[in-house]
Amino acid sequence: MPGLGAAQRACMWMVLMSESVVSESVVSLTNVQVQFGGGRVRAVDTVSLKVGRGEVVALVGESGCGKTTLIRSIIGLEPLAHGSITVEGKPVGRGRGLRALRQRVQMIFQDPSGALNPRHSIYEAVAEGLRIHKVKGHEPTLVAEALAAAGLRPAERYLRRFPHELSGGQRQRVLIAAAMALQPALLLADEPVASLDASIRGEILALMRSFVDTHGVSIIAVTHDLGLAWNIADRVAVMYLGRIVEVGPTEEVLRAPKHPYTQALLSVVPEMESMEQQILVGETPDPSRVPAGCRFHPRCPLVASGEADRRGFGDRCRGVDLELEPEGGSHQVACHAVALSLSDD
Amino acid sequence: MTDLQVPRSGRAVAWDRRRASLAGAWRGLGNDRLALLGFIVLLLFTLMAFAAPLLSDKSSLSAANTGDNPVWSPPSWEFLFGTDHLGHSVAAQFLWGSRISLFVGLMATLLQVGIGSLVGLTAGFFGGWVDAVLMRITDWFLVIPFLPLAIVLAAVLQRGLWTIILVIGVTSWPSTARLLRAQVLTVRQRLYVDRARSLGAGRIHVMRRHVLPNVTPLILASTTLAVPISILTETTLSFLGLGDPTATSWGGMLNAAKDNSAISGGRWWAYMPPGLGIVFVVLAVTLFGRALEEILDPRLRER
Amino acid sequence: MSVLELQDLCVTYRTDGGPVPAVRGVNLTMNAGETVGLAGESGCGKSTIASAVLRLLPKSTKVSGKVLLDGEDVYAMNPGRLRAVRWTSAAIVFQGALQSLNPVRRVGQQIEEAILLHSTQTPATARVRVGELLERVGLPAARAERYPHELSGGQRQRVLIALALSCEPKLLIADEPTTALDVMVQAQVLALLEELQREHGLSLLFITHDLSVLTHTCQRLAVMYAGRIVEEGGSKEVFADPQHPYSRALAAAFPTIGDPLSRMNPQGLAGDPPDPSALPSGCPFAPRCAVAVAECSTLDVTLRHAGPGRSAACVHVDGPDV
Repeated sequence: MPGLGAAQRACMWMVLMSESVVSESVVSLTNVQVQFGGGRVRAVDTVSLKVGRGEVVALVGESGCGKTTLIRSIIGLEPLAHGSITVEGKPVGRGRGLRALRQRVQMIFQDPSGALNPRHSIYEAVAEGLRIHKVKGHEPTLVAEALAAAGLRPAERYLRRFPHELSGGQRQRVLIAAAMALQPALLLADEPVASLDASIRGEILALMRSFVDTHGVSIIAVTHDLGLAWNIADRVAVMYLGRIVEVGPTEEVLRAPKHPYTQALLSVVPEMESMEQQILVGETPDPSRVPAGCRFHPRCPLVASGEADRRGFGDRCRGVDLELEPEGGSHQVACHAVALSLSDD
Repeated sequence: MTDLQVPRSGRAVAWDRRRASLAGAWRGLGNDRLALLGFIVLLLFTLMAFAAPLLSDKSSLSAANTGDNPVWSPPSWEFLFGTDHLGHSVAAQFLWGSRISLFVGLMATLLQVGIGSLVGLTAGFFGGWVDAVLMRITDWFLVIPFLPLAIVLAAVLQRGLWTIILVIGVTSWPSTARLLRAQVLTVRQRLYVDRARSLGAGRIHVMRRHVLPNVTPLILASTTLAVPISILTETTLSFLGLGDPTATSWGGMLNAAKDNSAISGGRWWAYMPPGLGIVFVVLAVTLFGRALEEILDPRLRER
Repeated sequence: MSVLELQDLCVTYRTDGGPVPAVRGVNLTMNAGETVGLAGESGCGKSTIASAVLRLLPKSTKVSGKVLLDGEDVYAMNPGRLRAVRWTSAAIVFQGALQSLNPVRRVGQQIEEAILLHSTQTPATARVRVGELLERVGLPAARAERYPHELSGGQRQRVLIALALSCEPKLLIADEPTTALDVMVQAQVLALLEELQREHGLSLLFITHDLSVLTHTCQRLAVMYAGRIVEEGGSKEVFADPQHPYSRALAAAFPTIGDPLSRMNPQGLAGDPPDPSALPSGCPFAPRCAVAVAECSTLDVTLRHAGPGRSAACVHVDGPDV
């Protein structure tokens, strides 16, 4: 809703948020599959996920797990092989619908330097989206407001500068300003702080979190940094080889992980004194060669140590593929060991 | 407009940016001594070409007026560059010939860059089968050997300046086309183009705001570097006798010198001026063009 | 005798915009078998120190102070001695493995080249050694035939480590070796470094901006800011109880998962790391410091004793000057 003052907008959002008791999802993915190389590479292999209004979901995993491909497909940069994605109830399609979608969903890229055209001034970088969507209002004022809201003050000082004159943290703020200037409902952040200095990290994360509080924007943050999830996420979804293997509220997943992969990931975070380090053997796997059965079984400590066989589900791990239940409870795990222990109870 | 004021409009910011980058380019050019030298030499030759009617009378070159002139006379106060086998003033020919050489060089370059840009940009923009078809046509022209084509065309078409221009243009555009297409494809892969797409930009917006500004400097740079090649090519064609018989360029002068045994006869004033003229002009444009390329392509500059 | 000793090292780059002081008086001593971490962010000078140790800085750079490798001053060596010392006394694992490896030569050849340059081995024995080295870093010997782009990030990093170890140096300097890697691959590479360090008695200088990684891998650490060391001490002590406000910020930057304090509460520092060519007067950290007092903008604090084996450069530390 451009044209209103910032404070007015914030008030409207807060009223809306308090009125919506049942938050409908901002984005809903159902059985999404994205493939490359004519089906050879299953980058995203049946993923279902819902993100509510004002919710922050961290999509965690290593390189090759498909998390970046997944968010690119939400914004329509990658075509779906199967499944569907709806944003605010409308399906992600092609043509004119896609353009409207790209005002409601914005993406923040990992490399702030590469994402800014070196020949354009900061003003033009932020104004680009406004011009594409023909947003009404006095353009310079909108741009200055967006920059100020992203922490670049006084905004006028930055308008005529060029990307190379700014630091990494400032460039990322410009990108965030450009994204938020369109008042999106959903922000897709691809490793938003990975290439920034450690001391700047907190500021940028705090900025993103502040937009959730003031504008009610939802965020899907793709990262391999579990600390980021702890810092800002309401829910965490762990991906492995194109599939979500565990999802749930952040406190539950990070304090009491159920899936062996999540447990291993947490155990190797440097300050995790409470867990014994489980360094997985082997390389991060290749999405063009997804193992049969549970895709994690070749690296799973339970299988490797023989415990899976001892407890009787080793064959299932090796032979039976499994997914998360789409309408399960809040904390879901795709693991035979967990499924069996639940059924035992 | 001070630094701390909100600008009047987006357009004002864009113009500020353009003015600043032009100023920066000018300063960069000033810093490069060789480029400055090239620029000055080029300017001198251009002025000289324009001023030819003022400096010498064209009618002095017609046969009727030269009956009295001494033949093959070495440089003297009366004839600054001496006279040729027909008694024509070499200096006058040099002046008038410069106009032909520069004109043909410029026109041929414009034709070549024009066709090349159109083909390259179209292929890069559309991709798919359009790209494939255009590239096969480009390959076809790339493969045709220059000299045989030139001779054939000169024989088939009327001999004249525009024939030469056509010949050079038609044989040289493929390399420009390929260069530009590659640049378009490169820019389209960049992360900021992805960002523009995710903002909702269509292909036209991407071309206008991101691709063209990154491709135009390349066009400009390849233009300046194509001019000397065109001049040399015209010289070659004229030297081989395919040029316009009525308008003698520097190459034509060289051809005449050869045909009339000026070289073997030791009459250096008949071929040195045009020869050196070509060398200087080509060198000047190359130096200037190289500096222009460096200024306009930020990657080549040390930040 | 110390393996590496930096005595009042100052490095100033010469650029078009004037001299840029990247390192402004650093003192550091490393003994055999020790692991020392150097923590800091962009512009603090830590990568400059890594290059300075082996005299890899551009010719126009001004270096003052002493760099003693095994007691010998690196900057007083003649070129022949320097070439002999490089890679055999100290080796560097650079960050950005893809840029450090020649993309058009097989990785095995590149390691072989280093071995042949520094020893009198034949190509045949060198090739055997290459196979041994690759296995030592956890890669199958057959990987020697691959080109850098055919390997994953973690594998390339291991190749760089193998390359650094090829001439059995006493000191290994690792400049952000795990920054671009996934968390699991990072753990693998760190475990490898620890293992190698134990087996070969290597001294390790580990440079990174992630303080938590250093507490795991290093015995001692030094925090750098604006070209100087601002805190030094045992790694676990410094991480648990930082004395300098900047160290505190760095420690808080990567949260402890499970700690309720950092839940929904990302900690960061306002402002940007300082530009080495335009340092403010007084303490360079003062503009971003939460506990700065009036004298911080005028007094340029140097390291002061802050407990047994610890020092910090802050007005709030009241020990004697180091």
